[in-house]
Amino acid sequence: MTALLSVHGLQAFYGDAQALFGVDVTLSQGEVVAIIGANGAGKSTLLKCLTGLVRAPREAIQFKGEAIGGLPPGEIVRRGLAMVPEGRRLFSSLSVEENLLIGGQSGRKGPWNLQRLYTLFPILAEKRNNPGTALSGGQQQMVALGRALMSNPDVLLCDELSLGLAPIVIREIYAAMPAITREGMTVVIVEQDVTMAQRVSQRIYCLQEGRVSLQGRSDALTREQISQAYFGL
Amino acid sequence: MLETIVQGVLLGGLYTLFALGQSLMFGVMRLTNTAQGDFIILGAFAVIAGTALFGDAPLLITLAVLPVAFGFGYALQRYVLNGTLGKDPLPSLVVTFGLSIVIQNLLLELFSADPRSIETGGLNTQGLRIGESLSIGVLPVIVLVIALAATAALQWLFANTALGRSFRAVSDDREIAELMGLNAKKVYALATAIAFVLIALAGALQGMRTTVSPSDGPLLLLFAFEAVIIGGMGSFWGTLAGAMILGITQQIGFRLDPGWGIWVGHLVFLAVLVVRPQGLFPKTR
Repeated sequence: MTALLSVHGLQAFYGDAQALFGVDVTLSQGEVVAIIGANGAGKSTLLKCLTGLVRAPREAIQFKGEAIGGLPPGEIVRRGLAMVPEGRRLFSSLSVEENLLIGGQSGRKGPWNLQRLYTLFPILAEKRNNPGTALSGGQQQMVALGRALMSNPDVLLCDELSLGLAPIVIREIYAAMPAITREGMTVVIVEQDVTMAQRVSQRIYCLQEGRVSLQGRSDALTREQISQAYFGL
Repeated sequence: MLETIVQGVLLGGLYTLFALGQSLMFGVMRLTNTAQGDFIILGAFAVIAGTALFGDAPLLITLAVLPVAFGFGYALQRYVLNGTLGKDPLPSLVVTFGLSIVIQNLLLELFSADPRSIETGGLNTQGLRIGESLSIGVLPVIVLVIALAATAALQWLFANTALGRSFRAVSDDREIAELMGLNAKKVYALATAIAFVLIALAGALQGMRTTVSPSDGPLLLLFAFEAVIIGGMGSFWGTLAGAMILGITQQIGFRLDPGWGIWVGHLVFLAVLVVRPQGLFPKTR
């Protein structure tokens, strides 16, 4: 299978501080891949490099056969990479529906539209005219997820969907995953919750201090392997 | 008393037009344009120069200046002001302050310090007599109507159009807006372009209503600023209300003593700053 997205020897910096030290990741069409790791391991930095929020060398990131590292975020989303940012970050002066419409601004065609999102998350249809930030945490996460889906991406990057949410709400959010991946969308989830990451993904990459410390099939990795890669013990 | 309030509201209409562009630019990109007043005067002189060059048709020339102002605002934001935006508000303040000095001196060089006005064929002296004791000018009423229409149009644009949604999105969170495919620099340029249409309109009407001279800008900036602060940054109806409050208090001041008008306006502005520093209606939606 040819890679849809491949990251090769990616190094990333915040000013003088180096956050990634030569990361290699590949994604194939239709996979769900989890990226796990402790705080500060570089998970979010990796996603930010993929979406253009953090500078990356042009050739380090290949997407559908083209080098996209360091392109502006708007250009990358038009090529089919969308992100659900950490902490949801809804537009506070926009209603639920307006938040979703902004997500559709990139103009890509595909199965996702307001109608379909409202079918997936009926509560959003009910609250479509409320300010996005007046919703509960879980509902806000649905809006953030929907906003990214509205751009009909080929690859959906989810940064800490479970952050600050109750377990029951997290399960509710992840229950939507099959509906998202059914048509072959490739999904990357960054998770602190290792059990959840293992359950919903087919492959796992574990990052530790800016390097890939472990990778493999989610169902083949053992607890011990993961905790060793996670903490470096 | 009624007359004072009516005159204050009419004056408030003019101040609304002075302030809307400021309110728009601050609301979308937190940019305080300290050359606002000078750009208004520049707009007035553009119309004056137009009538000198192309003949005596002030309304047509004003209409022709508006799209030029749109393009000018777009280019100014795209190629100059975008470079000054960031976490630190100082660069944009310094650059617009510099522009203010450049404009004043350029106008002084081109037009001398003589006060001029836009000839409207007597429109500025026509009055409407209402009842026994009240008489109001036709031009100030036109200005008020334009101010109300401009405020309503801006509010509608922000609340109901894709462009307005983009304005609010980049204002809320620029990084995420760009992640969604918006180009913040273009969105900012469009906001400034619209602000400059309002600025040119305000300048043309100021030039028709009274005289303008190259050094008038800073005082107009002060009125615009006071209106925006009283109303609350970034809310257009708030800006209109702030401008009305400023206009009415200035008229009351003028009534008390002809030398007090502007001073009483400043006092009310300071009082609002002390009591409600966030302004009376600080809502952006």
